Amino acid sequence: VTAIANASAGPAGGTATGRARRRLPVAWAGTLPFLGYIGVLLLLPTGIILWNAFKNPDGAFTFSGITALGGSTVRTYFVGSFELAGITAAIGAVLGALLAYAVASGPLDGMMRRVYLSGSGVLAQFGGVTLAFAFLAAIGPTTGYLFHAGWYYDFPWGIAVLYCYFQIPLMVLVFLPAIDGLKVQWREAAENLGGSTWQYWRYVGGPVLMPAFLGATLLLFANGLSAYATIVAWENQISYIVPQQISISMISEVGLLNFNQADVLALGMVVMVAIVMTGYALLTRRAARWLR
Amino acid sequence: MAALSSVAAKPASAAGSAPARGIHSRRRRRLNLFRYLIFIIFGLFFLLPMWALLRFSLEGKKQGSWSISGWKQIFTYKGPPALLSSIELTLGIAALTCVVMLLLVLPTMIWVRLRVRGFSRAFEFLCLLPLTIPAIVLVVGYAPIYNRIERVSVSGLTLFLAYAVLALPYVYRALAAGLGAIDVTTLSEAARSLGAGWGTVMARVIAPNMRQAILNALLLTVALVLGEFTIAYNLVYPTFQVALFEISRNTENPVVLFAASAGALLFTFCLLLALSFVGRRRRRAQLPISPPIQIGGPLGR
Repeated sequence: VTAIANASAGPAGGTATGRARRRLPVAWAGTLPFLGYIGVLLLLPTGIILWNAFKNPDGAFTFSGITALGGSTVRTYFVGSFELAGITAAIGAVLGALLAYAVASGPLDGMMRRVYLSGSGVLAQFGGVTLAFAFLAAIGPTTGYLFHAGWYYDFPWGIAVLYCYFQIPLMVLVFLPAIDGLKVQWREAAENLGGSTWQYWRYVGGPVLMPAFLGATLLLFANGLSAYATIVAWENQISYIVPQQISISMISEVGLLNFNQADVLALGMVVMVAIVMTGYALLTRRAARWLR
Repeated sequence: MAALSSVAAKPASAAGSAPARGIHSRRRRRLNLFRYLIFIIFGLFFLLPMWALLRFSLEGKKQGSWSISGWKQIFTYKGPPALLSSIELTLGIAALTCVVMLLLVLPTMIWVRLRVRGFSRAFEFLCLLPLTIPAIVLVVGYAPIYNRIERVSVSGLTLFLAYAVLALPYVYRALAAGLGAIDVTTLSEAARSLGAGWGTVMARVIAPNMRQAILNALLLTVALVLGEFTIAYNLVYPTFQVALFEISRNTENPVVLFAASAGALLFTFCLLLALSFVGRRRRRAQLPISPPIQIGGPLGR
């Protein structure tokens, strides 16, 4: 009987008998392998970046790496990143929301929903370099099967088309649960009060969805900032955005040349993405007030 | 019975629809027109590049001819770099990553749910943390770590260590859904009172009850490993995506490149489509089919 009492006291945690309390460290020890793994392969790499970013070639502490972020060349990469992420987040959010609404207003168990969601999953998360090859095949300037796009290698609009190819699906994935959360009763209530479709969207649907929409847009922005594979497969001779330059600095860091530039750029990206994702988390919490 | 089924069918008809009469049927028609217009436009945007990819992969020696030699070359392409060995490497990494998920993440998750409830918030935070750190950032921190690892082993298989971290948020979401759907406490208390040890509780009582969630998690892991490029490329390991990239640099538009790309995308699509059918039989049509991954994030690419 004591064994059962002990076993149930453990998970419940409320009835802290002396024995249960003594057993607690043993229970915590069960999480150690996982914590060790995360410590070495997630926290340590992040720590290394932070450490190296504030180091000079002799190993002493310095801010010179960070101040180099303000340099004019480095600034162009950040401007490029913001341009590309901003454009594709805005386009992706608007078009993705439309598509998400079209998917959401169909049958919940329908084939259309299934196919669009699975397709979105592939394109949004697992496309990698293959997406760039698909566009090279379709509209490449010399190879295009559909037409030869002279603007294919333009920055930011040429690459923006490729980015939309994964930003729109990502918007569908992130925004669909919010639209699914709209209640039929709200629409009916608006109708009973004599509201038109426009009025429903203007005064009910729109305001309820707005935080979720803005949050999803921020997520797309963060996604656009950190995407890497597609732009490398598109053009790897010139650096336009920060991730490209991080890779180049990493490869070309020899001795004092480009010392810790990759770490400093990476730190800059961590800060940017952290700010954007915090905004996303806040907006998502705000969105959850109505959509649950 | 008929009343029951009509009630059940109602939510499936449409979001915001009511019996088709007068103003409603007009709105319904307008909505359907809007839906099909959207589906056609976006369908074209998404399918045309895929169609072009497929068409290129089936092109013979002469322009405009048809041939399946590109698809055959996937298995024979000598490179540089050799394609088949890169596929073998990637599948090996995927298998190892799945092992980490089954032997490390799954038991820890069940353990936290059963015994260390106080840790669950921090655990969730840690699991979702990789979503907020872009892969291109992470790889800068991995470079010195992999320098050390290479002293022990230079095999590309060691990439599974990093990929398990990348897959963690996806796996966490999938497994958390599975754990939430069963009564873990009652199951474990029942098993414990019958004399089962903690290992038995986890491996033979709880894990079999969340088979579908585990399958979901593993499918997502495989999809992620197949598509990962950033870390492998910057640490210079010849995985599948890296090999595709190198081929595109070395040779001007070889057929095999398009065949392999189309094959990979199709394969991943089928994985996720299969995933949307998993667990359908049990839940019937009550729940909407939710996105394969509800939380998106800067990852993979």
